[in-house]
Amino acid sequence: MSPADPAPRAGDARSGPPAASIVACPDGPLLVRGEFEVVTPDGEALPRTRRTVALCRCGASVLKPYCDGSHKLIGFKTEPPAP
Amino acid sequence: MKQPTARGNVSALLLEITTGEPPAADKVKHLEDAVRTALARTADVVVEDDLQLTLFCLYELHYSGLDGAAEGWEWDPGLIRVRQLIEAVFEERLRTAVVVDAAPEPTSDAVAAELFRMTGEDTGPSMSRFVAREANAEQLREFLIQKSIYQLKEADPHTWAIPRLTGRAKAALVEIQADEYGGGHPDRMHSALFARTMRAVGLDDTYGAYIDAAPAITLASTNMMSLFGLNRRLRGAIVGHLTAYEMTSSQPNRLYARGFARHGYGEDATGYFEEHVEADAVHEQIAGRDLAGGLVEADPRLLGDVLFGAAAALLVDSWMTRHIMDAWAEGRSSLQPDRSFAA
Ligand code: FES
Ligand SMILES: [Fe+2]
Ligand SMILES: [Fe+2]
Repeated sequence: MSPADPAPRAGDARSGPPAASIVACPDGPLLVRGEFEVVTPDGEALPRTRRTVALCRCGASVLKPYCDGSHKLIGFKTEPPAP
Repeated sequence: MKQPTARGNVSALLLEITTGEPPAADKVKHLEDAVRTALARTADVVVEDDLQLTLFCLYELHYSGLDGAAEGWEWDPGLIRVRQLIEAVFEERLRTAVVVDAAPEPTSDAVAAELFRMTGEDTGPSMSRFVAREANAEQLREFLIQKSIYQLKEADPHTWAIPRLTGRAKAALVEIQADEYGGGHPDRMHSALFARTMRAVGLDDTYGAYIDAAPAITLASTNMMSLFGLNRRLRGAIVGHLTAYEMTSSQPNRLYARGFARHGYGEDATGYFEEHVEADAVHEQIAGRDLAGGLVEADPRLLGDVLFGAAAALLVDSWMTRHIMDAWAEGRSSLQPDRSFAA
């Protein structure tokens, strides 16, 4: 839950926080924090200018794989509508 | 900041006082009386040039200072009292005008959802659509001049809140601000990117170069942030303000970039806007849940002020947009008349 960047730990992985965390934002992107790399299918690192990124999961961003806020315009919902 | 030109007897008195050495009790008392008279007389402090410029200068003593002003004036008790007189009327004006129509549960998810709802509503004329499709070259420059009053010190008013927050909300604010300040790269600071955009279209990027061109409503928009940021009791409002800014940024900035590209400007002009499309899609998520939501979960009494700050940000910016768009619709400049900034 903490937005702080957890430092990756050597040794026993269970003793410390994970190296990276992903927040599944309701009706929005996946927010990724910590130590990670975003790569192409060939394994090449994609340009990244900030530590924490938002990955599009609505499909509408023109900056994919990053979110550009378009999910709000298309009314993207992560929960099915109540019956 | 460059010394502005006075806009009435109150700002003239303040500028005269600050070029001398503190204290100057008699002169400051004289200023206080003049401020009381002006406040009693004004119909709407938000669009009162003399008082908004005076407040702007009083705040600027805490930021970059005023060229030619002795630094000792920053915490002069008489000037702080004058500031509080204007602040009280200004805050009252905002609280009366702002409508907050819902009270979500004081949980992080509910607060974020309500802020996304508020900021998703259409609020009058769209500056971004106009800039994208229609604005002419002169209007683009004017748009940058209007924005420069805040954007050349972008993020600074919200930074005042950091030591007033704790835990999750504090970590969230620091995470956002670190990105606003370039993540350790001075040339990637958002204020530096904005300065680069100004240079790309041939404008002066010195802070205060266009202060005389800024109408009262533009000064009021930045003054509101300083009011919320510099008063600890308003920490809920500055958090709500930042959250509203982050949540109304990605799409408009994409359109602003398009407007400058339409006029043939390159990345040195559009880079600032393009950066905000991506950055604020991240910031709005952190701001909604961790900053605003985290603050309200830690102290539910602040819920009302978080919503007030967000609604005030939206309202005052809609006033500023209307001021500019109305002028343009009539074929006028939205900047202050009869001043020599236009060159
Ligand atoms: S999730 Fe934000 S644009 Fe797709
Ligand atoms: Fe920014
Ligand atoms: Fe931002």
